[in-house]
This record gives sequence, C-alpha cells and structure tokens, in this order.
Amino acid sequence: MEIVMCFVIGFLFMAAVYLMLSKSLLRIIIGTGLLSHGAHLLILTMGGLGGSSPPVVAPGVTDYADPLPQALILTAIVISFGVTAFFLVLAYRSYQELETDNMNLMRGTEDHD
Amino acid sequence: MINLLLFPILLPFFFAMILLLFPKKLFLQRTISIVALALTAVFTIILMLKVKSDGIQAITLGSWPAPFGISMVSDMLSVLLVLSSTIIAIFVVWYSFSSIGKERESFFYYPGILFMLTGVNGAFTTGDIFNMFVFFEVLLMSSYLLIVLGGEKVQLRESIKYILVNVISSALFVITVAYLYSVVGTLNMADISVKIAQIDQPGIITVIAVLFLVVFGLKGAIFPLFFWLPSSYAAPPIPVLALFGALLTKVGVYAIMRTYTLFFTLDQGFTHELLMVLSILTIVAGCIGALAYFDVKKIIIYNIIIAVGVILFGASQMTETALMGSVFYLIHDILIKGALFLLIGVIIAITGTSNLRKMGGLIKTYPMLGWTYLIAAFGLAGIPPLSGFVGKLLIVQGGFEAGNLWGSIFILASSLVVLLSVMRIFIYAFWGEPVQVIKLDSIQYRNLFTPAAILVGFSVIYGVGSEWLVPYMSDAAEVLYNPSTYIKAVLGGA
Repeated sequence: MEIVMCFVIGFLFMAAVYLMLSKSLLRIIIGTGLLSHGAHLLILTMGGLGGSSPPVVAPGVTDYADPLPQALILTAIVISFGVTAFFLVLAYRSYQELETDNMNLMRGTEDHD
Repeated sequence: MINLLLFPILLPFFFAMILLLFPKKLFLQRTISIVALALTAVFTIILMLKVKSDGIQAITLGSWPAPFGISMVSDMLSVLLVLSSTIIAIFVVWYSFSSIGKERESFFYYPGILFMLTGVNGAFTTGDIFNMFVFFEVLLMSSYLLIVLGGEKVQLRESIKYILVNVISSALFVITVAYLYSVVGTLNMADISVKIAQIDQPGIITVIAVLFLVVFGLKGAIFPLFFWLPSSYAAPPIPVLALFGALLTKVGVYAIMRTYTLFFTLDQGFTHELLMVLSILTIVAGCIGALAYFDVKKIIIYNIIIAVGVILFGASQMTETALMGSVFYLIHDILIKGALFLLIGVIIAITGTSNLRKMGGLIKTYPMLGWTYLIAAFGLAGIPPLSGFVGKLLIVQGGFEAGNLWGSIFILASSLVVLLSVMRIFIYAFWGEPVQVIKLDSIQYRNLFTPAAILVGFSVIYGVGSEWLVPYMSDAAEVLYNPSTYIKAVLGGA
C-alpha cells in the first residue's frame, strides 16, 4: 500500500513542480495546492499505513492507527490553508495593481518599476 | 520560576493580541509595543543570567515526560539569539515611529512586528522539530504581512516571489520532517539525536541531512538558494528591511547550526564537507553582488549573504574554536546589520535616493552620521577593536585548526571585499561634491538617527567588551560542540 501511495505522491509533486514553473500566477497557486497535498499525504504514508481502527480510545481495540502524523497533518493543513488564502488575495490585489498575471511581465529592477 | 523560558515567546504574543483591538489609536500602539519589547528584553536578560548560573533550562509543556510532549529548551546560544533579536526589534520599532508613516502604522504594523518576534523567539527556543516548523510559519506569515503592507507595486511584485519561495521551502520542511519521522519515529530534537546515534546514522539520515540543508538554506540564503533574497528584501520600507536582514536569515542559520551539531554528527565526512563548500561559494556569490551594485540597499543586502557564508563556514568546522567564533559572529551580525540598515535608511531619507551615483558630500552637512556610519562599516569588516573582529578571528583560527587552509583564506579575503563595498558607500555618499539634499527637520532627523547610533554603540560595546562576553559565548559553543549536555537537560539522566 505504501508503494502505491509513494507513486501517487510522486505524481502530485511532479504536477506541482510543472505547474509552479509555468507563467500564469493562478497555475502557480494551484501548483502550491498540489504540493501541500503531496506533503500531507507523505506525512500520512511515512507514519505507516498500519493500524486497523481510528485513533479513538474504544473498549476492546488494541490496533490503532498512529495518531501523531494525523495531528501533524491537521496542523500543516491549517497553516497551508492560511498561507494559500493570503496568497490568493495577494494575487488578486496584484492583478488589480499590476494588470497582469504573467510572471514574465512581473520583472523589474531598481531603475524602472 | 520554571516557566521563565516561555516569557520571551508569550509576552510579544500577548501584547500583539491586545494591539489587534485598537489599530487606529497610534499613541497606544506605539507605547504598548515599546513597553512589550522592553519587558521581553528584561525577562530575557533574567533568563540569560539563569541559564548562566544553572545551566540549560528545559521544560516539556503540560508536564508530559520529555520525548512525548513538546519540549522548550533554552541553552546559552538560543537565549543570546533571543536577546539580540529582541534588542533589534526595540530599535526597529523606535525607528519606525518617525519613518514608517501613519497609514502603515494604523494597519497592524506593530502587531505584525510582535507576532514576528514571537515566531523568531519561538524558533530559537523550541526543542521539537515540528514545533520549529510551526514557529517558522508564525514568523513567515508575519513577514508576509510586513513585506506587502502598504501595497506599492514593487512590494506586491516581490512579495509574490517571496511567498512562493517560502511556500515551497515550508512544504519541503514538512516532507523532510515526515522522512525523519519514518526513520527515527520521534519529533523531539534531543530524542532524535539519541535515536540517530543508536542506528549509527545510515545513508538515509545523510540524505535527510542534505534535505534539511536545502530547507534551511532556502530560509537562510546559502549559495544556490539565495536567488530570492536580494530583490525581495529591497522591496519593503527600511525598518522592515532592517528587521528582515537582521533576523530572518539568522533563523535559518541557527536551524542549520542546531541540526548539524545535534543530529548529524556521526558521519561528518560528507555533510559537513558539503556545508563548508556551500558556505564558501555563498561568500563568493555575496562578494560578487556586494561589488556589483551602486545601490546602497543592495550592497548591504549582499553583505547579509556574505555573513551567512562566514557563520556557516565556522559551523561546518566542528572545532570548539570555530563554533565559538560562529556564535560570536552570529550575534555581531544581527546587531551590525540592524544598525547598518537603519543608517542606510537615514541616508536614503536625506538624499531621497538609494543610488550611490546621485549622492555626495554629506559629511559637510551631517558629520555625526558620517562618522557613525564609518564606525559601523569598520565593525562590519572586522577592524580589531570593533565587533566583527573576534568572531572572524576565531572562525579563521578554527578553520586552520581543522586543516582547512583555503577556506580560512577565503574568509580573510572576503573581509577585504566587505570593507571595500561599505567604504564605497562612505566615499560616494559622504565625500565629494555636495548634492541637493532633502531638508529634514531636525526633530525627524534626530528621531531617525538616534536609534541607529545607539545600535552602533551597542555593537562597539560588543566588540570592546568581548573579553567580558567570552564565558557566555563559550557556554553556547560548548553545547554545540558537546550535544550530550543538551540531551541530558531535555531527557533527564539518559
């Protein structure tokens, strides 16, 4: 099972890198979304996919899933949600101000802004 | 008081939350933020004396036993860094009163600074690798706010790049922590160190070490990963730039020093060699940039990169002398970069440009500014009585002791380039024909110049009083060189 997950995560990373290298700002943000999906799935996979029941204490259950990676993922999800929301608003603002979403046109040196 | 080591994190956080309630009352915003920072500094000094007398302070939150809860650890290195970042924040806030402008001040500028200090102090103090990620995000999120606050075109453009790079490096951090967790099965830094020693550092741990170098190198701007820094840092206003230049890269440098001295100590042949080569290349890249520009901001920004290289070269040597030099140089660099950026800010405020070719003759109208800048420039380059000297001396000596002749020669040569780059600012801006200057009224000039001058004074005291500082620095280097004391303080008698 871990092998399958590794291939899926690898594919997510590949797609994320491809999207983040493109010109359009929105594609880049979609790429960061895929990248964080990949990272979160990777924590889950690297914690081990064993354990037959959810990590909630219940009578008669001995084989739980590892609770620590789930807590880490929950934290990382919230953080990346906050950053993505900020990033989207920033992209919106800069589309209004700079009137482009093409990263190649967002160059500038100190001589001409 | 066992919770003393949490105060430098909790105090800025608490006051930042209070400041969120009344953003438009500028007087209260200014007073409370200065009071908060002063209180933080006082408690940090108490903590430093406590660490000096009683050794490493460690606490595991919620009274859980050590590897299971989140540990906060305050050794001498982290408490010195916390103290110097709090001092920088005080002066930056003071400088901001008369330079940042009312529009920014009434849109959560001061809470932003306090939240960033929370993140920085937390990242210096934490003893848990995932908690370090969270504190990194706290400081990065506040830095996103500070870099874009004001919404000028150049700020919007550069903050997009800054955020993108940091989102990628944060994802890499999560990935690296996941790999490390799958190998050692723990997140507590002391416990990770024990577990890595138990499994005798197999190849996968070396891979993780290099991944950590990539992650923290992106934050701390080492050689192939510094590309985002010069243009991003040039975008925000001067006080924010001073805060970023003094603190943010140093957090990455601290994280590299911590992981490379605590975790990856068994197989140094590859990892520390790589760190050394990259740090030398960082110095070379920074030197090229510092000489290439005629823009005062860019020159100092590239000097940040040089300093990162020098500190990491010391850290890669793993001799006690070089580690002590690194600690000395790290604190020096926080102080002097803060001071230099504030001085540059005064120069830019007077001349209205950051282009060196359009400046000249300021020594006639502003002699005090000129001589203070000269002292700061000499301090940066490491002229003997001033602050940069001892650190660089120890790093070079440690390099010789470890047999890295050429690395040490590069460090010495880089000092010349640093001196040349900052003296060029002095020669162009202060000598020569006077140019038309913007007439600042004397109160505003004094408000801008005083914090910068006092910060330069601090760095001079730091240099002259280095004899007095040696016991603190050797305590800090001792923990880096000898991680078993750190592990013992966290895990108990293990």
